[in-house]
Formats: sequence, C-alpha cells, structure tokens
Amino acid sequence: MAAGGGALIIASAGSGLPSVGLVPRWLTTASHWTGRHGLLVSLREHVIYTVVAVLIAMIIAIPIGLVVGHTGKGSFAVAGFANAIRAVPAFGLMILLYVLVSPKIHFHGSIGWLVPRGAFASLVPVEAMLVVLAVPPILTNTYAGVRDTDPAVTDAARGMGMRPRQVVMRVELPIALPLMLAGIRSAVLQVIATATIAGFLPFLGGLGYQIFINGLPQINDPNVGYPAMLGAALVVAALAGVADLVLLGVERLIVSPGLARPTARTRLLRP
Amino acid sequence: MSHAWQYFTNNQSQILTWLRTTAWLAVVPLAVGLALSLPAGWVASRYRWSYPPIITVGGLLYTIPSIVLFLALPGIIGTKILDPLNVAVALTVYCVALLARVVADGLRAVDADILNAGSAMGYTGRQLLLSVQLPLAIPVIGAGLRVAAVSNVSLIAVASTLGVSQLGSLFTIGNTTGDTAPIWVGLVMFVLLALVLDGLILAGVRLMTPWRRAVGR
Repeated sequence: MAAGGGALIIASAGSGLPSVGLVPRWLTTASHWTGRHGLLVSLREHVIYTVVAVLIAMIIAIPIGLVVGHTGKGSFAVAGFANAIRAVPAFGLMILLYVLVSPKIHFHGSIGWLVPRGAFASLVPVEAMLVVLAVPPILTNTYAGVRDTDPAVTDAARGMGMRPRQVVMRVELPIALPLMLAGIRSAVLQVIATATIAGFLPFLGGLGYQIFINGLPQINDPNVGYPAMLGAALVVAALAGVADLVLLGVERLIVSPGLARPTARTRLLRP
Repeated sequence: MSHAWQYFTNNQSQILTWLRTTAWLAVVPLAVGLALSLPAGWVASRYRWSYPPIITVGGLLYTIPSIVLFLALPGIIGTKILDPLNVAVALTVYCVALLARVVADGLRAVDADILNAGSAMGYTGRQLLLSVQLPLAIPVIGAGLRVAAVSNVSLIAVASTLGVSQLGSLFTIGNTTGDTAPIWVGLVMFVLLALVLDGLILAGVRLMTPWRRAVGR
C-alpha cells in the first residue's frame, strides 16, 4: 500500500466517505473559521458551555467535598452517589431533561452575548447535564484530598489554636489542592468532550453543531460533510489538549511548592 | 413509569436486539482491551525505561473525546460510518489507555519480599509472574476494569448521536417524538447494564482471589 496520504485515501475509499486527506485543507480554509456558523463562533460557544458548567459544578462540589472530608460524615453517600452518576449516560440524561424541562421554560429572550435569542430553553438541560457530569470527579477528589491529609498536621493546627473553619481553609484546603485540581482537570476534559452533543438540541451551537447539524445529514459531501465533521472534531480534541495544559500551568502556579504533586493515584480517580 | 413499561413490552424484540448489540459493544472491547493491556503493562512494569512513554501515550489517548474517535476511525480503518465496529475499536483504545497503566502499577506494587520468597522456593521468572505477581495484582486490575466498564457503557450512548443502532437509539427516538417513555427505558437499561457488568467483574475478582477472604478482608 502507498505510504502517507495515499494509504489514507485508499482506506477512506473502503468506507465510501470523502477522504480523510481533505481534512487539513478544510481546516486551513479561512472561510470555514469566520461567519455566523464558522468554527470561531462554535469554539466560543463550546468554551462558554464548558466554563459555565464547570464553575457551577465547583460551587456545588467543593464545599460538600470539604465538609464531608473534614467531618468524615456522609463519605459513604458521596462515593455511592458519584459511582451511580457515572453509570447514567450523559446523552440520555440531556434528552430526558430537554423533553421534560424545556417546554416549561417560557423565557425566549437573549441574555447579553452569553445566551442568544431562543436558546435558553435548550441551554438549561445541556448545562444541567454537564454539571451532573462534572460534579463527581471534583467532589470525590476534594473529599479524598481532605481525607488523606496527615492527621498529625491537622492536630498540630488545632494545637496552635485554629478553629475548625480555619483548619479547613488554611490547612486542609491547600493540602488537598493538587488532588482537587486533578479532579477539576478531568471534569473539564469530560465536559469539553460531552459538550459536543449540545449541538443536538435546537438553537444551540458549540463544535457539535458542525458535526451533527451541518455535517451528518450531508456526510458524503467533500466540502461540508465528513471532512468538516472530522475537522470540527479535531478542534474539540485540540481544545481539550489546550485546556489540559492551561490547568496544569494553573496547578504549578497556585499549589504550594512544599507539596509534591501526586500523579499515580489521581489518574485512577478519573471516570 | 407504567407508560415506560408499556413502551418496553410493545417494542420488546427491537429493544432486546439493541440490548444485545450494546452488551456486545460493552463486553468485547473490555476483554480485548484487557488482553492487550496485560502485556503492555507487564513491559512497562518490567523495563523501567518503557514506563513513562507507555503511560504518557495512554494518558494522551484518554484525553481524545470519544466523538473524535468515532468519526476518525471510518477514515482510518475503512469501515462505514454506522458500523458498530468503530465504536468497539474506539472503546478498546480507551480500555488499553486506562488499563495499561493500572496493570503496570498493580504489578509494580507487589512486595519485593514476596517475589524473593518465590524465587527462593525455586519459581522460574515466568512462574513467578503468572502464579505470584499477576494474581496479587488482580484486585488493582479489577478496580481499573470496573472504571473502564462503567465509563465504556456511557460512551456507547454517545455513539447513537451518529446513528449507530443500539440502546442509545431510544434517546434519539425520544428526542424526535418528545415522548419520555423510550428515554426512561433507555436510561434504565444503560444503568442496569453498567451495574451488571460491574457486579460480574467484582464477582470475578472475588473468585480469583480466595486468599483475601481467608484472612477476612
């Protein structure tokens, strides 16, 4: 078989789809990035969906994780809840929320540049689904980070006269930070990957729009079909890679240098 | 819920066909992935220089969003876009990415004293690996396998957005008809499938590690 692009074109012929070799050209065509349904708009929407979901998930998960880790009460419920959530397919949850909740939302206006006109009723189920997805990794890692704090260290803090709140905020939180950030990282990666299915619902975009709405119905078209779908999918992968690197950088900046970064265990906690 | 039950009985044969496809998609990649991870993990645990590259490649593969793999595989291996094989191969990739590290860590975590005792008893290198080191790593490998199984099952649902016909199709049907019954049926079936797989792996680990029960752990 011919090497490089030749091999790819032969392989693609077997699938009856336009060649994978067309993807680089599709991605480097300026007109595919600009315009109302261009990649830049989709990329911005994708980032907004992700950031909103992860922020809400952090607001929910971090306080609960800190309290459960500190008191040790409810740890069984936390682990059980996180595992149960992982078994629920995100796509099914999103469609269920869309069918149940969206008809009851009668707000059709826009909210600044964040939510376009008419999109709110579709956005609520998507964000709810993404939050449900993002809570377990952040929650379990925060909880595990606090729980695994050396008891000698918290005893010392108490001996110095710290109140329980101070022990949590000034001792356990900084020590749990590396593990917490690992949880946030895995939540971000999962949310970026899953936010592609937002494009499935009306009025919504994100990079999934390019895949499901633009691409899938005309998959055999060499311009807007398969090469465009795969191109947009590669942008999702690139976004995930960049987000991972940025969060690793944040971790370097805010984690106390005195704490060695745990790696082996944090990976396992990823669903 | 009675509405959902009625939907299930009315469409039983179709749903059971989908269940078979979905169960196949959940189990086969797991088995193939484990079979590939065992040698890869062993190499990573045995030869120190090979550990970082194997683990890094696994970590990178794991960050690829599933939809990217589902879409790219037809172009790479020449399957049709709706071929369930794309999903099976993609899930196998995720399994290996996750399990190679788990196997390597599990094998490395076995106490050196135990291995020394084994060689003092006359075990050859291969016997030591197969009848001492590997069995002792089973609980760790089993835990990784459970994570892989549950995450695979929920990834299968995503594949139905591209039209691959399986239990996830119940969600697309619910989306187009606005009926919650198929969606509930789909959610229940997916969760049950994940629970059953999880339970089977747990039971397998218990069966293969009788010494852990003997000391009452």
